Amino acid sequence: MSAMTPESNHGEDGVKRRDFLYISTAAFGGAGVVAAAWPFVHQMNPSADVLALSSTEVDLSGIEVGQSLTVVWRGKPVFIRHRTPEEIEEARADDAADLPDPQTDAERVIKPEWLVVVGVCTHLGCVPLGQAGDFGGWFCPCHGSHYDTSARIRIGPAPENLIVPPYEFTADTQILIG
Amino acid sequence: MSFQTNNPVIKWVEYRLPIFSFLHHSLVEYPTPRNFNIWYQFGSIAGIILVVQIVTGIVLAMHYTPHVDYAFDSVEHIMRDVNYGWLIRYMHANGASMFFIAVYIHIFRGLYYGSYKAPRELLWMIGLVILLLMMATAFMGYVLPWGQMSFWGATVITNLFSAVPLVGEQIVTWLWGGFSVDNATLNRFYSLHYLLPFVLVGLVVLHLWALHHHGSNNPLGIDAKAPGDKIPFHPYYTVKDLLGFALFGLFFAVFLFYLPNALGHPDNYIPADPLVTPAHIVPEWYFLPFYAILRSVPDKLGGVVLMFGSIFILFLLPWLDTSRVRSAKFRPIYKQFFWIFVIATLALGWAGSQPAEGMALIIARVGTIYYFVHFLVIMPLLGWFERPKPLPKSIAESVLGGGGQAAGAPASPARGKA
Ligand code: FES
Repeated sequence: MSAMTPESNHGEDGVKRRDFLYISTAAFGGAGVVAAAWPFVHQMNPSADVLALSSTEVDLSGIEVGQSLTVVWRGKPVFIRHRTPEEIEEARADDAADLPDPQTDAERVIKPEWLVVVGVCTHLGCVPLGQAGDFGGWFCPCHGSHYDTSARIRIGPAPENLIVPPYEFTADTQILIG
Repeated sequence: MSFQTNNPVIKWVEYRLPIFSFLHHSLVEYPTPRNFNIWYQFGSIAGIILVVQIVTGIVLAMHYTPHVDYAFDSVEHIMRDVNYGWLIRYMHANGASMFFIAVYIHIFRGLYYGSYKAPRELLWMIGLVILLLMMATAFMGYVLPWGQMSFWGATVITNLFSAVPLVGEQIVTWLWGGFSVDNATLNRFYSLHYLLPFVLVGLVVLHLWALHHHGSNNPLGIDAKAPGDKIPFHPYYTVKDLLGFALFGLFFAVFLFYLPNALGHPDNYIPADPLVTPAHIVPEWYFLPFYAILRSVPDKLGGVVLMFGSIFILFLLPWLDTSRVRSAKFRPIYKQFFWIFVIATLALGWAGSQPAEGMALIIARVGTIYYFVHFLVIMPLLGWFERPKPLPKSIAESVLGGGGQAAGAPASPARGKA
């Protein structure tokens, strides 16, 4: 009987016709499984309503020099600090200092008196405390990261500076974050 | 003593689905080494606590609301308003700790008596998968009350994945379902926290299947072959396990009724505030050694890799341990290193509970180094350099007198010559 089955139907190189069918069926089925899995993976990504909340408008006029405001953008705190001239000067002076994540102060602000950063420690996500730490900027109590007056990481386990979110001035004292 | 019955209903079922003989075989006649000691108690204790967690968890789910605006209040509603809600929630919360106590003792017992060695490698590895899933389940469960520790624990732990090169940020956003830990995160954690215990049950079945295939290891670490080496599981070990349940139940009850919050953090009775981080974030006690390893490395990615590595290395243990003798009873040098290892893990646990500075940081670093040296250097080398003590010929002989000496000439199958 076995001599009659298609399995014996192979060419000179030993490849059976069945092998081709097996492989193409498996490949076709595999592609189908991957395609069907994608919706189940992608549903975990941010939904449309979460994405829709992705910009926040802030009026800065009430913030005096030396004051800070914390607003919420995409569920995260954003620090807006009206920096004093001394802080600006210190931040610029430290451009030349030994920085783990080198960036000049000018690269981190649009107007030097307004520093806008996401208030989430780049180590593991705690919220740093303002006007604390060894550099007069922020200090993260979780694992001890110190940030300077430009919110750049100076010492501690955090690998990066506090992130500057995308924002623009829509008026003289009004910004749109996101 | 195979399965027999005259009951017509059982016979009818048995003919179609041989479930009664299967249960009889695994729970009654299952031949078990006669020399188990108290340390062989904790596997069944862990199993019974899994049942407790599932039963209490299903009840809690009837009263809990997985939404950022209601979760905290619904837990307080369970504590104050639901009939016996306080009891059931404290059982569940402390049950998690009890589960880890039982499982950690169970694992250390396996390390001491070499239960991970051939032919039980897969049994050991399935056990480690159970441990990993337990950890994931416990972590997600701790997030559900939506207190400060819930929120910030979730933030810090999910942020571990941001250390992954290139796609770290995308992974974290995907885990969160947003740009921070929020309602989407709480919902999916709830869904998975409900699911995973049932996956655990499936893994426990595989664990027992692998266990029963070759039979249990025993404190002597030698194969049970002689006629008197094994006794039927029932009544001998059913009774012993029941005694274990009773004693462990008393221990559980002390926490449940007198110290229900001793293993938790007061900060978790403050509702989650995404804008304020508590001054000192600490995970639950059962994660402390791993947390200490994470923080002992000054580099973010390095810390994460070592922390996960500390568990994955256990998967390699059956091959890292080169000794042919299973039980530490007959391994005079390994026995000492075993206890150093226990002390190192406890020290790591203590260091993990402290702020990462000064003495605690030094201890965490020394402990981390020892942890890895133990598995990567000491275990492979000991098999070659250690001269094991003579093994007894059989379990029966060792238990019924004669002891290890009766084996006469050094029956050591070890490779070492030193
Ligand atoms: S989260 Fe800020 S230092 Fe770790």
